[in-house]
Amino acid sequence: MLNELNLGFIFISAFIVNNIVLIRFLGLCSFIGMSTDMKASTGMGMAVTFVTVMACAISWMVYNYLLAPFHLEYLRTTTFILTIASFVQFEEIMIRKFAPVLYRAFGIYLPLITTNCIILAAAFLGIDYKLSFLQNLVYALGISAGYCAGIILIASIRERMDSAPIPAGFKGIPIAFILTGLMSLAFLGFKGLFKL
Amino acid sequence: MKKLIDFRSFSLGLWKENPIFYIMLGLCPTLAVSATLKDALGMGIAFVFVLTGSNITVSLVRKLVPSHVRIPVFIVILASFVTLADYSLAAFSPQLHRNLGVYLPLMVVNCILLGRAEAFASKNNVINSTLDGLGMGLGFTLAIVIIAFLRELPGQGTLFGVNVLGKNYTPFLIMIMPPGAFFVIGFLIALKNSMDRRVKKKC
Repeated sequence: MLNELNLGFIFISAFIVNNIVLIRFLGLCSFIGMSTDMKASTGMGMAVTFVTVMACAISWMVYNYLLAPFHLEYLRTTTFILTIASFVQFEEIMIRKFAPVLYRAFGIYLPLITTNCIILAAAFLGIDYKLSFLQNLVYALGISAGYCAGIILIASIRERMDSAPIPAGFKGIPIAFILTGLMSLAFLGFKGLFKL
Repeated sequence: MKKLIDFRSFSLGLWKENPIFYIMLGLCPTLAVSATLKDALGMGIAFVFVLTGSNITVSLVRKLVPSHVRIPVFIVILASFVTLADYSLAAFSPQLHRNLGVYLPLMVVNCILLGRAEAFASKNNVINSTLDGLGMGLGFTLAIVIIAFLRELPGQGTLFGVNVLGKNYTPFLIMIMPPGAFFVIGFLIALKNSMDRRVKKKC
């Protein structure tokens, strides 16, 4: 089980073996939508990393100190989404204030982070695997590192795709999905690294 | 002004404005639980339940909710229905619940659900919102079942777990693994794009 492994294994597992986008299919909207240019992808990756780690820490505390002692586990979905939504709102205000250029680059995708499945999934999975607080942080870090690696890799491929002779019907989103499939195939090779 | 009962709100979601193929929202569960038809159908049914339930509720309270807090209210309504679906499934079909895993509670962040609440149910009456929820939900189910069909048949040689391609068939395993899902959706969208282009040329 995941919670018996040491921190390094947890990180590698979340980062490569069970890559959140390529193996678990989460966060695809922004993964496909934002990866047309490198700068936006880097920014998105950073935003997701920051929000995921913070949100995971907060929701872990909410779950273990607030919900579990009062046997309110069934409120998990509702509380998590509200916690994360308010946290993203806060982050949005901060970025608009301190990094307006980045804010413009994010466009619609920053508010969309609220409905980015990665953040909620990371919070859920950390609870499901019964991780400790520190393990949970490392797990969240691994998940976001996996997302960053994925989106930066695909952005660098897609930038070259612009000049490639692709069949007209495949231009844009379809070829992005085929590329994602090929990357997923590569990441599948790590499956034998260790058993989860 | 829309009619009291408008059956177009049902049929639009099924094909013409199919949430997956037309707007391409909420792709994550479509890809993640489409490895077998059984899981896909289970996900589809849960989805229809949550979407119809939340559409009805949102439409009922649409005049009571002040517009600047509407999104949090919609999210709480959605989350309640998702929790209902999650716990009912865990009670009635634990195996399916295990297979759907984290993707079931994650329905709460599915763009289709919030999108329909915001774009349709908050502006229309209860009957039309119910029809819209059913239509969009069935449209989603249709899409996920098509993808699952295209993955399970070559990937395992089975449909709903029943062997159809015979014992000698060598499974094309990659189709039920993650990359297969990406390839299938990529080719489906490409197909739709080229069909659209052909229609445009004729006009």
